[in-house]
Amino acid sequence: MRELKILAVVVFFTLVTYWGVEPFAHSQMHKHVEGHGFTYNGTADTKEAEAGVVKAKESGSKEAEAQAKLEAKKVFWADVEKIAQLQGNAANGEAAFATCLGCHNGSGVNMGGVIPPNLDHAGALYDKNYLIALIKDPAMASNVDHKYEDTMTHPMGSIKTMVTDDQQIADIVAYMQEKMAGEVTSKQAFDEACARCHAMRYAKTTQLGDTPTFKYEKDALAHKIKVIEEQEMVKAYMGKLPPDLSIMVRARSEHFMETFVENPQAQLPGTSMPRVGLSHEGYEKVKAYLEEVGDPSKPAREAIGPWVLLFFVVFTVLAYLWKKSQWKDLH
Amino acid sequence: MAKFEKANSVNEWLDQRLAVETLKRVLSTEYWIPKDINFLWAMGMVLAATFGVLLISGIFLLMYYKPDANLAFDSVNYVIMSEVGYGWLWRHIHGVGASVVFLIIYIHMFTGIYYGSYKKGRELIWLSGMLLFVAFSAEAFSGYMLPWGQMSYWAGMVITNLFSGGSLEAYGLVEWIRGDYVPGDAFLTRFFMLHVLLIPLVIIGLIVLHFGTLRIPHVNNQEGAEIDFEEAAELYKAGKKKESKVIPFNPVFLSKDVFVMGVYFILFFYLVFYHFNFAMDPVNFDPADGLMTPAHIYPEWYFLWSYEILRPFPKDPGLIAFGIAQAALFFLPFIDRSPNVAPAHKRGLFFVWFWVLIVDMIVLTVLGKLPPEGIFNTLGTVAAVIFLLMGPALIVITKFEKKL
Repeated sequence: MRELKILAVVVFFTLVTYWGVEPFAHSQMHKHVEGHGFTYNGTADTKEAEAGVVKAKESGSKEAEAQAKLEAKKVFWADVEKIAQLQGNAANGEAAFATCLGCHNGSGVNMGGVIPPNLDHAGALYDKNYLIALIKDPAMASNVDHKYEDTMTHPMGSIKTMVTDDQQIADIVAYMQEKMAGEVTSKQAFDEACARCHAMRYAKTTQLGDTPTFKYEKDALAHKIKVIEEQEMVKAYMGKLPPDLSIMVRARSEHFMETFVENPQAQLPGTSMPRVGLSHEGYEKVKAYLEEVGDPSKPAREAIGPWVLLFFVVFTVLAYLWKKSQWKDLH
Repeated sequence: MAKFEKANSVNEWLDQRLAVETLKRVLSTEYWIPKDINFLWAMGMVLAATFGVLLISGIFLLMYYKPDANLAFDSVNYVIMSEVGYGWLWRHIHGVGASVVFLIIYIHMFTGIYYGSYKKGRELIWLSGMLLFVAFSAEAFSGYMLPWGQMSYWAGMVITNLFSGGSLEAYGLVEWIRGDYVPGDAFLTRFFMLHVLLIPLVIIGLIVLHFGTLRIPHVNNQEGAEIDFEEAAELYKAGKKKESKVIPFNPVFLSKDVFVMGVYFILFFYLVFYHFNFAMDPVNFDPADGLMTPAHIYPEWYFLWSYEILRPFPKDPGLIAFGIAQAALFFLPFIDRSPNVAPAHKRGLFFVWFWVLIVDMIVLTVLGKLPPEGIFNTLGTVAAVIFLLMGPALIVITKFEKKL
């Protein structure tokens, strides 16, 4: 009985310490960011702009600009909502999509800082509202308009002059959702949504895709130079080379990853990382790939864990019986 | 030369040459331990077992780890985690073990303080134990450098900076320790050597010394009773086990130790398989980058209390307070002026002192991780001052303690 009381005291203080240095300390160290379930309707953007207005008022400078930005955000996302209500026609959309193929053709050529993403599974990976917003104004949709004096200078900014009709936007999105929504693997999801900026060296991929195996060192080096050149372009455009994501699942909490991917500005205000607009299913695919590469021992852990614990439970029971037999004559 | 006769068994052969029978008797079957003990007395063996687990897992990791600033991070996070069969298991055992060993060390230390096991002939047990604590701390710190992540780098930066001695500005000393102006390859390789060779050797030596210091004063018991071990041993050997106050280390004491170890290893492997993140800080999964300071730099949990004694004060007083905190516990046997060897609950004010110490150290530990802002700063200063006053308070309290 006494031993159990002592154990209770030890366990109590251990748990208090654990609670203090883990859950409690981490809750105090990181600001809380509310997720919004991978839906994109501009709520977060408007809130950020509102905060900007408050800040401008406090500092007394650029108040008009902040106010204008808030208005622009409101108008933009209201327009997106309006287009989302339209009935899109996939057949018309297919014809209009030809405009997109000028850049999104899988040629892997850097255009204005990045390689235009492959859209093979765009309908399955990205949210409908986000796609509408992106075609309407890429910088606004990805919440990086702060980077541009005029959002036309965004690498995809010219789309604003190419697709001007709301119905056409609805048609293109309908087409993508119907025809570009096939089964997608977790690796494809990562490649299409992330890989043109983020390398993944533990999976041997770079901004140029999977690294082939070369027979001659000369060819390997030539490829490496191409990768460096591509990385330099991405770096010039983004301000710094986006981090390698090999073990990012272990470096950031699950909540951080989710809210960051939904809206990078929420976790890193001012970052040049665009919102990529993954839908919930799309994000799950990407996450699965990050886990596969960054935490490959998970299946083995889960398979072996119970057996090891069972071993020690049996060990402990036997040890208890041994102890009992050794101590039975002592008291 | 001794006269040797033909041996009839391997045991006999060994006994003639190594006196294994005598060794076995002296070190095990007739090494007497008090009977009046609880499971806290098993923490020594739990520590020995954990050290063994750390040593074995460390040997496996050593086969694949590369002490090179360019290769270290990937050798740990890719080669060991992805390519080496069960490399992840050894790494998680090593990481969890390094954290849990400190939990057990603290329990072991506080058990000693509670039951007055550092007094009256047992001073060397305490002192050798404190040396072990220092050696384990150095081992933990040097090991933390090896994955060469952000926290390795910046913890290395902060801790080695302490050696500049505040206003003394002994940057030459800091550079000498680092082998460079900032942590780099020279820094990593020397900490690698310390972690895998020099400090483990010191630890093994100190463990032997620690066991040795137990021999003459014997292990303390739950009531702090003075036992005539020889008389009690005779009783036990005569079969009067009930009357005797002692038990042999092997198999009686050991059977209890092994049971406690079993319970401990259930917890240990639960952590290894299902809850290892607490022991492997996420920040350290970002590669070391000398141009990007992490938002929060903090040591592992077991160093937080002393870190928090350093932090709330201005530079020089902070360093002095930190120095005192590191050394203070060594002096415990000499500043406790009471002649009583008894559990804290029988020692009046000492009992209060003990629990204030525990609570204060936990408060310091938690605050050591929190950002030093607002209320946390004030609380940190108060808790640090309380810690520094605990020494003088102990002298006064024990001076006036009634003899039991």
